[in-house]
Amino acid sequence: MTTLVRRWAAGVRWYARELTGEARWDDYLARCERDGVAPMSRREYERHRSEHLERNPQRRCC
Amino acid sequence: MATDTTTPPGASGPAGPPPGDAAKRPTGRRPTPLSIAIWVLVAVVGATCWTVLALHRGEDVSALWILFAAVASYLIAYRFYSKFIANRVLRLDDTRATPAERLEDGSDFEVTDRRVLYGHHFAAIAGAGPLVGPVLAAQMGYLPGTIWIVAGVILAGAVQDMVVMFFSMRRDAKSLGQMIREELGVVGGVAALIAVYAIMIILLAVLALVVVNALAESPWGVVAIGLTIPIALFMGVYLRFLRPGRVMEVTAIGVFLLLGAIALGGVVENSGLASAFELTPETLTILMVVYGFVASILPVWMLLTPRDYLSTFMKVGVILLLAIGLILARPVLQTEAVTPFAGNGQGPVFAGSLFPFLFITIACGALSGFHALISSGTTPKMIAKESHVRMVGYGGMLMESFVAVSAIIAACVIDPGLYFAMNSPAGVTGGTAEGAAEFVRTLGFTITPDQLNAFSESVETELVSRTGGAPTLAFGISLIFSEAFGSGMTAFWYYFAIMFEALFILTAIDAGTRVGRFMLQDTIGNVWPKFGDTSWRPAAWAASAATTGAWGYMLYVGVTDPLGGINQLFPLFGIANQLLAAIALTLCVTLFCKHGWWKFVWVPAVPLVWDLVVTMTASYQKVFSDNPAIGYFAQADRYRAARDAGEVLAPATEASQMDTVVFNSTVNGFLQASFAVLVLVIVANAAWIWVKAARAGSLPTTEVPHTPSQVVAPADFFATAQEKEAVRAWEAEREQTAGASR
Repeated sequence: MTTLVRRWAAGVRWYARELTGEARWDDYLARCERDGVAPMSRREYERHRSEHLERNPQRRCC
Repeated sequence: MATDTTTPPGASGPAGPPPGDAAKRPTGRRPTPLSIAIWVLVAVVGATCWTVLALHRGEDVSALWILFAAVASYLIAYRFYSKFIANRVLRLDDTRATPAERLEDGSDFEVTDRRVLYGHHFAAIAGAGPLVGPVLAAQMGYLPGTIWIVAGVILAGAVQDMVVMFFSMRRDAKSLGQMIREELGVVGGVAALIAVYAIMIILLAVLALVVVNALAESPWGVVAIGLTIPIALFMGVYLRFLRPGRVMEVTAIGVFLLLGAIALGGVVENSGLASAFELTPETLTILMVVYGFVASILPVWMLLTPRDYLSTFMKVGVILLLAIGLILARPVLQTEAVTPFAGNGQGPVFAGSLFPFLFITIACGALSGFHALISSGTTPKMIAKESHVRMVGYGGMLMESFVAVSAIIAACVIDPGLYFAMNSPAGVTGGTAEGAAEFVRTLGFTITPDQLNAFSESVETELVSRTGGAPTLAFGISLIFSEAFGSGMTAFWYYFAIMFEALFILTAIDAGTRVGRFMLQDTIGNVWPKFGDTSWRPAAWAASAATTGAWGYMLYVGVTDPLGGINQLFPLFGIANQLLAAIALTLCVTLFCKHGWWKFVWVPAVPLVWDLVVTMTASYQKVFSDNPAIGYFAQADRYRAARDAGEVLAPATEASQMDTVVFNSTVNGFLQASFAVLVLVIVANAAWIWVKAARAGSLPTTEVPHTPSQVVAPADFFATAQEKEAVRAWEAEREQTAGASR
């Protein structure tokens, strides 16, 4: 039972992190490691991301 | 890794036949007896629920019949019709690389988990629209609205979203406007650009009007919604400077603060400060316009992004709570199945008879043209596999339809007397409980002023003539939640629901103004390149001001209209949204013709024909009807004649209001007529291409040629054992390749 609850909670957490984009940082770190380049700091990375959103407005429908 | 040196199956040039001959079709497994039994059961449940809804009259009907009828229909439509479209009509081909795979850049184009993309797409398409339209449509009873929401989504709305997404995906995720320009030509392209911009302005004005109506003279609402701005700003600062990237924790803090803001609103309502926050609709209009302008020029990290997190979580949370609440509370429908207003077209909420006005009042939830703007351009950049178009496009729209069904239920569990007292314009109710009770009596319903006052007191705000749909929905939700989760919190739940709607509307206004600004800058940039530079402040500010000014003006028109802004503007919004759907479906039909997919052209053509019949009839009536309650120009004439004779016609109370009605109705009439003409131009442009394609059999299109896909991912919501195994094998292989290259 507890393992089932734990699996569900982990699933929900994974989903929420993916949906909000929080997990992007982990993907970025993994990519840097794979490519053998030094990652930028998290602060820099997140600024980079928000600048991108600035130029590409997302539509929100009715 | 499969190295295919020969031409991959299904590869075709732009003009070629669709990929996927018989050999390539997904090999359907023979259905097991268990799955047959399950689907028979779903069909029986659905049929039983619809039968009960159709036949039960004059006795208590539980709202759960609607809920289960809808869910059973969605399941069957998804399992069979969407699969048919996916496999037989569009022939989704998982051997083809999607734009996300081919053009992956880590920001826009990115292979995304199908379930995550489903969430993104749903968050982008679902807003206040599916909540408001069904509430207004409840004036005709629960049955017509429910049937249209369910049938409309299955045959039209979800089909549009899925097919547009498919075509955009096959064209490097181009936007609807780009595809129209390239596939239909410049005339269609320009008409589409103007139509999209104008329709967006009306949409933003109507959404803002919904918020203004919900917050007018309501200190609790003003405080609670007003506090969302500092909360979002705080979250923005937190993510920017304090703990960059920690979205989950800041959203948890934000949601906690939101609940605190609702509670604080209650405290203010009952304190001496209340009068300071009791704002008139005119004041709120100015505040909304200023807010819209400032929000659209602030950096996104400050306000837009953090509020988007809040509204997404609130959206998902409330929908889940509502579904659970409905099952726990099992409310009984108070409205009749079909009210007399369906036939006589004299309902106070919106004028006109069931056909065509029900079908434009409920746009989002059944068929929404605006979705085509998300299904092209945005979502296709993130699709991992072609097969996901079915789940994300069709499945996402079914979920939105479910929201609309929940909304119509919430509106129909309210006492009909209260429903009409809330949704009739102040011009006819006088804005008082006595006036409303008297007016509702003339409609054939009974409610006493004392009962109305008691309802108002239960949520601590005046409910009479609180039009716009949001308050009615909020009241219905508060009834359901109080029943399901314990009484004593009715007012809290009411404002919780108001906040939930206001959050998405504010996000839509901010994002919409921004998109409008970019569209304007892009268009003017064609003749004055400097203006197109989005980082050039003067251009950005001017374009934002023009966009905000346009919807702000329409909002002002709505707020000051003596006939009631929702009554006047909602049809314009509904028709505009459905006209946008006509544009999107016209593109789909055109591409079917160009590809030579004649056998299945009915899939987008049936919804297109239906949508054109509805929107053109509605537009015609709105422009040419000689009934002043329906035709904008007839209305203007009637008030002009009376004004010239020195009379004042109700609901106007003075001569200047007569002028307002004349002017507003004329403006609305012209807008309505121009939208319809724009769409006719696009359809005529397309019809020319259909004829050319029919003569030639097919025509070249801009479809990108087949590139083999390497990505492995399950196709549907739940992965099968084989799919899981294939993903594991693929990941292990990638791991190995990455290791070898290091």
